[in-house]
Amino acid sequence: MGEVRVQAEAFDAGAELNRFSQTQDGAGAVVSFTGVVRDVAGGLEAMEIEHYPGMTEKAIAGIVEEAQGRWPLTGALVIHRHGRLEPGAQIMMVATASAHRVAAFEAAEFLMDYLKSRAPFWKKELTREGAGWVAAVEADEDALKRW
Amino acid sequence: MTVDVLYFAWVRERIGVPKETVQTEAATVAGLVEELRAREPRYAAAFEDVSALRVALDQELSDFDAPLEGVREVAFFPPMTGG
Repeated sequence: MGEVRVQAEAFDAGAELNRFSQTQDGAGAVVSFTGVVRDVAGGLEAMEIEHYPGMTEKAIAGIVEEAQGRWPLTGALVIHRHGRLEPGAQIMMVATASAHRVAAFEAAEFLMDYLKSRAPFWKKELTREGAGWVAAVEADEDALKRW
Repeated sequence: MTVDVLYFAWVRERIGVPKETVQTEAATVAGLVEELRAREPRYAAAFEDVSALRVALDQELSDFDAPLEGVREVAFFPPMTGG
């Protein structure tokens, strides 16, 4: 069972993780990852995340479905925010659960790698020196090759 | 045929609108790009290097050689930076 949420609002990663864990019958391992807006050289005032409403939800659901086909997961959760976020804010989280830890860890990494370059989000950094779109890096595309 | 064309991130900024309805005779995405490029300098600037762009047809990632027949929504954007 996969749950996908794309939202502007902040979320409570701890509460989400507890709620998710409690609904995973048969799971012996729960892995979670939380992405946070980090400050950059030049001083980050905010990060603006644009997305493609409609496609975003479908693309993430497809990635979750792919993970569920590859690993025996009892469940997966993806929350991704959009809009204006300040340094220190939580951008997104992924949680996976499985009977054993290897599947949960691998599935979480798979979800992260694919969310990075296959979910239609674009980040713009607003710094004291100006604004600029974050460029995709080759390493992100390369990361998909290991799966 | 008419298609809705959507632009995201710096493609949207260069063209100046997030979405427009376009009348096209193009058979493929590449043909549509040629038509748009010929319109105005802002389009030429946005589509200067299509290797820097990605395209989605009806909200599925596709490519520039793909046929447009039956497509209702085309989106152009730079490589994604989620996560």
